[in-house]
Amino acid sequence: MSDFVQSLRLWFAPQRIRDEGETPDYRFSLANERTFLAWIRTALALVGGGFAVDQFLPDLRWGVRVGLALALLAAGVLCALRAVNHWVRCERAMRRGEDLPGSRFPAVLSLVVAVVAVAMVVVVLFGWAGR
Amino acid sequence: MTEAAAGIDARDPGLQPERTRLAWRRTTLSCTVVAVLAVKLAVSDEITAVGITGLALSALVWIGFLAVAHRRIRSLSPARPQPLSHRAALLAAFCTIALAVFGAALIW
Repeated sequence: MSDFVQSLRLWFAPQRIRDEGETPDYRFSLANERTFLAWIRTALALVGGGFAVDQFLPDLRWGVRVGLALALLAAGVLCALRAVNHWVRCERAMRRGEDLPGSRFPAVLSLVVAVVAVAMVVVVLFGWAGR
Repeated sequence: MTEAAAGIDARDPGLQPERTRLAWRRTTLSCTVVAVLAVKLAVSDEITAVGITGLALSALVWIGFLAVAHRRIRSLSPARPQPLSHRAALLAAFCTIALAVFGAALIW
């Protein structure tokens, strides 16, 4: 937890990162930036998926529809926050010349997406459609 | 030969700045799609005060993202561009989260 608070402080203290180590090759920074953008797109896709569930499955029961939509929106928010966090940590690791940070987030996210997908298939196929 | 060496020195043969620019463009397009979906969510059946507020806020967030992406794309034009600023990264993430929050409020 203190780890998280520490990296949270790094988000708003770019100077502290710039003071550390030495500036990496600009190509590495750009690659890190593209990875960040790919995660932001993933977050946007999850948010869009949440909107789509609400818009295009109107026959679902209110609770199921809102539950699925909010789960996807929450996943999108988490993904965006994690994108910034991972970008900052990679940036710092590259300046210090350390290994890039590992992460369990991709595994967790793919499990969540798989669970939501299976739930949606079940809901649509077996038509828990009463309103 | 020397010309080729000078060219490599001036511009990365791996086209990293170009790829990064295109990544920003792709992300802007994703943001546009999500903003359009948010607007559809806000003004689907009838026009209400909540719907108009959602529409205005979504449009504002979209313009904000557009501005961030545009500034970053412009700053990638030198041969050796500066790394992404913290402010731009936080703003991009903030726009995503804001769209999710507006959507959640409208869905709820």
